[in-house]
Amino acid sequence: MRVAERLGWSAISLGGFVAVWWAAAVVHGDFRLLPTPPQVLQALVVAAKSGALFSNLAITLARVAASFLVAMTLGSALGVLLGMSKTAERLIGPWVVLFLNLPALVIIILCYVWFGLIESAAVAAVAINKIPNVAVTLREGAASLSRDLAEMAAVYRFGRWKTLRHVVLPQLAPYFAAAARSGLALVWKIVLVVELLGRPNGVGFELQTAFQLFDVATILAYALAFGVIVQAIELGIVQPWEHAANRWRR
Amino acid sequence: MTGLSIEIAEKTFPADGDGPPRRLYRDFRLDVADGGFVALLGPSGLGKTTLLNMIAGVDRDFAGRVAFSRGPDPRIGYVFQSPRLLPWRTVLQNVVLPLPKSRDSERRAKVVLEEMGLGDAEDVYPERLSLGMQRRVALARAFALEPDLLLMDEPFVSLDEANADRLRDLLAELIAARPTTVLFVTHDSREAVRLADRVVVLAGPPAVVARDVSVDLTLESRRIPGEIERVRAVVLKSGPTVVPLNL
Repeated sequence: MRVAERLGWSAISLGGFVAVWWAAAVVHGDFRLLPTPPQVLQALVVAAKSGALFSNLAITLARVAASFLVAMTLGSALGVLLGMSKTAERLIGPWVVLFLNLPALVIIILCYVWFGLIESAAVAAVAINKIPNVAVTLREGAASLSRDLAEMAAVYRFGRWKTLRHVVLPQLAPYFAAAARSGLALVWKIVLVVELLGRPNGVGFELQTAFQLFDVATILAYALAFGVIVQAIELGIVQPWEHAANRWRR
Repeated sequence: MTGLSIEIAEKTFPADGDGPPRRLYRDFRLDVADGGFVALLGPSGLGKTTLLNMIAGVDRDFAGRVAFSRGPDPRIGYVFQSPRLLPWRTVLQNVVLPLPKSRDSERRAKVVLEEMGLGDAEDVYPERLSLGMQRRVALARAFALEPDLLLMDEPFVSLDEANADRLRDLLAELIAARPTTVLFVTHDSREAVRLADRVVVLAGPPAVVARDVSVDLTLESRRIPGEIERVRAVVLKSGPTVVPLNL
């Protein structure tokens, strides 16, 4: 499909969504419970004018970035280790399954209880939630590394660095991309919960305040702003990188 | 160039699943002269690839030793049974990567690619090429290294005969231009006689040298089917005489 055509369909689809929302709000009649799109837009403008919108978004994004980076780094290392070493898989594999099934809320609460209501506890809580997912994905990648190419690299004396850069990492790239994509979606949702439970700022904190004031318009305004940003990261960073990494495919 | 001598006291593949362990080699010995082109001929499953892997140093799980006549650490070019190119690197990068890092290496790779008729494909990713072209790139990678020893593992299988023949001609030309010691594994006796100056026929398992035939054909006579057939009869032992080779 051509780009213009695809954008056209997206516009129609989103326009339809807004129309249904607007109609539902008008039919329901109580704008405090379900505000119309212009009311949400106005709440957005108010939050933006006070500066609260941008500072909260920045703080939350910083938390997302920090925990995402920690989770990707530690999770990848753990996953590659599990994929390459049978002993490691036998010893630590069951832990990963355990953590994979531990509810996010339990990890968040325990982190706050044990380490206090501090920034590093918040970031750690999010990262620990994400690490098992990354590890499981990268384990698949590491286990399916080509032995043929490893032999080739050994015969032609690529050495450690060349082998890593030209033989191993390109094979892991699709797994990194998959982990990053699902990771971003998971991390930014959990960050809001972490902020709601124990941080004095950020989008999650603002949502809690709005919840207590029953200010649905502000809740929707923040959700909208944050959704747009995450979508922009997906379209502007993740997808172009994936495209570049897959250039060689037929 | 380097000669080599291989002595394998024992090489066994561990049992996989229910099957018993397979003993591939026992008290096996083979010497290859410096600058020789030796074809190893034998049925598949005998362990010919394993032998190459032991020589190349990627399979170290055996009792025995591999000695090279000129220093312990020769440059080895290995053309595998499948091309084993890096699909995410261009043809040129695939040929450059094994070369020692120097300003000259890219130029060297380009020269070899040009010689092999791959000049136009430099910036192409391997998976966009036909299998014949991919095999050509694998050959270029091995030759660009100017190897002391060239190991080739049925490098022309699963090509149509015309294509394989063109590549055999190309290989002969390349070796004439850049002499090197070659160990060439194949199960095609015609190919073995056409290319090699010595054909070692393996039988087993465990692998033993069944016949060792020197091929005294000039480059021109190798193009004559009758000549090839004559030596081939010796190799396959259907002819009247066996020509043993003393080293």
